[in-house]
Amino acid sequence: MENLGALSLLLAFSVAIFALFSSVVGAWRKNLFLIAAAQRSVYLVWLLISTASGILLYGLIEGDFRLQYVALHSNKTMPLMYKITAWWGGQEGSLLFWSWILSCYAAVVVFTNRKHYKTMMPYVIAVIMVTQVFFLVLNNFVVPPFNVWAIGRGIIALPDGQGLNPLLQTPSMAIHPPMLYLGYVGFIVPFAFAIASLITKQPGDEWIHTTRRWTLVTWLFQSVGITLGMGWAYYVLGWGGYWAWDPVENASVLPWITATAFLHSVMMQEKKGMMKVWNMVLVSATFFLCIFGTMLTRSGLVQSVHAFGISSIGNYFATFLAIGIAATIWLILDRLEFLKSESHLESVVSRESGFLFNNLVLLASCFAVLWGTLFPVISEAVTGEKISVDAPFFNKVNIPIGLFLLFLTGVGPLVAWRRSSVESLKRNFLWPTVSMFVTIAALFGAGIRSEYALLSFGLCMFVTVTISSEFVKGAIAIAGKDKMNPLLAIVELTHRNTRRYGGYLVHMGIVVMFIGFTGAAFNKDMIHEAALGQSFNIGRYELKITDLKDGENDNYAWMKAAIDVYVGGEKIDTLSPERRIYKASRQPASEVAIRRRLNEDLFLNFAAMATQGQGAVIQAYVFPLVSWIWVGFFVVLFGTLVCLIPSKIKYSYARTEIVGSVSAASKGQVHAKT
Amino acid sequence: MKPYMKFGLVIGVVIATLAWLAVGGVKETSTYYKTVAELQQMGDKAQGKRLRVGGDVVKGSIQRNGKEVSFHLVQQEGASKGQMLKVTYTGSDPLPDTFRDDAQALADGHLNPDGTFNANKIQAKCASKYEAKPGQIKPGTEPTYNRSKPGRS
Repeated sequence: MENLGALSLLLAFSVAIFALFSSVVGAWRKNLFLIAAAQRSVYLVWLLISTASGILLYGLIEGDFRLQYVALHSNKTMPLMYKITAWWGGQEGSLLFWSWILSCYAAVVVFTNRKHYKTMMPYVIAVIMVTQVFFLVLNNFVVPPFNVWAIGRGIIALPDGQGLNPLLQTPSMAIHPPMLYLGYVGFIVPFAFAIASLITKQPGDEWIHTTRRWTLVTWLFQSVGITLGMGWAYYVLGWGGYWAWDPVENASVLPWITATAFLHSVMMQEKKGMMKVWNMVLVSATFFLCIFGTMLTRSGLVQSVHAFGISSIGNYFATFLAIGIAATIWLILDRLEFLKSESHLESVVSRESGFLFNNLVLLASCFAVLWGTLFPVISEAVTGEKISVDAPFFNKVNIPIGLFLLFLTGVGPLVAWRRSSVESLKRNFLWPTVSMFVTIAALFGAGIRSEYALLSFGLCMFVTVTISSEFVKGAIAIAGKDKMNPLLAIVELTHRNTRRYGGYLVHMGIVVMFIGFTGAAFNKDMIHEAALGQSFNIGRYELKITDLKDGENDNYAWMKAAIDVYVGGEKIDTLSPERRIYKASRQPASEVAIRRRLNEDLFLNFAAMATQGQGAVIQAYVFPLVSWIWVGFFVVLFGTLVCLIPSKIKYSYARTEIVGSVSAASKGQVHAKT
Repeated sequence: MKPYMKFGLVIGVVIATLAWLAVGGVKETSTYYKTVAELQQMGDKAQGKRLRVGGDVVKGSIQRNGKEVSFHLVQQEGASKGQMLKVTYTGSDPLPDTFRDDAQALADGHLNPDGTFNANKIQAKCASKYEAKPGQIKPGTEPTYNRSKPGRS
């Protein structure tokens, strides 16, 4: 079996190379047969990698412990779900998983565009296949998944495997990595389209619509992946809460930031024909940051709690990145003429400049995060000393950036394209600004003194008022004209321009998430050694240990406390944090108890049994507003899905310079466009 | 060109502010990464600096004393293999689950005058999830490990 798996990977490698050359040569010689052959090869590559993956999965599920990968990441007693997740639990398997997802994307792209973009598609295939070949090189020659245990020339099987680390045996493992990979790998598609459009000097912007949709989809996967990771790290100890600015977390957020920037600035290209070079740079940067992130987690370049072991594959990635980036830069420089901007910036107070600043600060944030992540590497190269920067550095730079972005989110819809008159600014800004200051004053009155928290809550109110008024204004107009129920009118309004109003919903979700992040300014913590029956206080809660138990089963030994929670003398809940020690791996695992509420989470950890007598060391934390992060995320998810629904009315993107020729057409669609 | 001048100005201000924040952030939080042996070589120079010390947790050395946890880190590689450092953890975050005997740990904090280390943050990774370096595979490898090429076996 493993021979068949290895053989399929080798064949996939050869077929991918064939697809690459046949598509390029086909496009060059205008040979349709070669192009068709390339397209079919893409399907074949998918089939071959799927076969190999299927064989590896079969090995993991059936427990074929002759395979090193299986013996190191699976065992007999793991539930089926974790046997499957072991596919991406280790270096070799997860790189195969990467390759497989890439081949899936390739097949989907080729299939959905088989009748479109006749001149571009061969190059799209070529770009994807270059990447595919690179990953197949890794799968075949560097970290092959089908190695077996052997003594001399005889293959032997181990009696049982090591199993997946207990920390990874949670349901999140089944969905967080695949989502993140779908995001990481998916950014190849916009990149391939961008490069192909440059090579073929694609006229018009049709391809950019395709690219935007793909970016939105992969951006969504990436967002889901990152947020699931945050939710996971929140209740697993040692990963530093939902966000710790760990290098691997940073690696996942870098392409997300550039993709966010791209999703905004692409509107400038669609609507005004501006920022074309910039968009090229963003698409390329996003893709290379994805590859870079993959490298960071696997090469041992920087210290991280999430990283895989140190290995030699870093060099392969570095080479691929160097060649890829050089080729992209050369291509962009060579086609500068073709990327000329069609219009100019006219005023600092305009929607264009809003987008510009949005991009500027997003990129600044990206750069700061990258710099901070690589600081140990850079400082070691420059001064010979390994110096690292910590969470406070990232917070110090990124909190102001985040607040500025929040501000722009609110300002964007209020300023017009091209330039805004002072009169309209006064009118539009009045109520949002007033409500912002009222909020700040009220919170100040309530005793909040943290400047950032006040500013953040104030801006959240500012943005909420702006966005709500956009919905209300539009809905009233429709309700008045079509005699419609105002609530239905909101749905109708959204359906007419899903991109615009879906985008507002995403912004609203971000606002809700910001409220959650701001809650961190009021975190409380407390560590207490309490005897049985004794009680202690944190915030408004009184905690009383009522029971302590310990025991063991086949898998692990455990200690557990029952803790009654009182507020104002009244018992409201009983929480039971637990500490386990897994026998096979001697790995401790904390099952924290969290009382999740919208206003605050009460988070209890059983740290240890007391050193003397009957008691326990309990760590208690109060995390205000954390749940808003998860709620806000669902709003983001919903908004993005709305964006993906086609609008009821198709808006053509009229360019400002050619107003004369399209004014008749755009009169029918007076409705403002985003 | 006037709007472009204005843009330049605003962009300049934004970038300058961020750069100022970044430089401040680096100054405030930069932490010297040292192994146990390197820390001991530093001698008095280590006093008063923010440090991150990496080493392996000595088996059986983890002791919890009420709110504090103390343990020993040992140098695992190089000429001065076996050098030890006593660390006391007094931070408020829960200790990671991966923190246990033989784990690779990073302790952030500062060196006390008596040569022990005071940590306010601990990161750890255990060897089992994060695979072995190439060429030194481990798990109770009763069969001598022998990497055979795929396809040929």
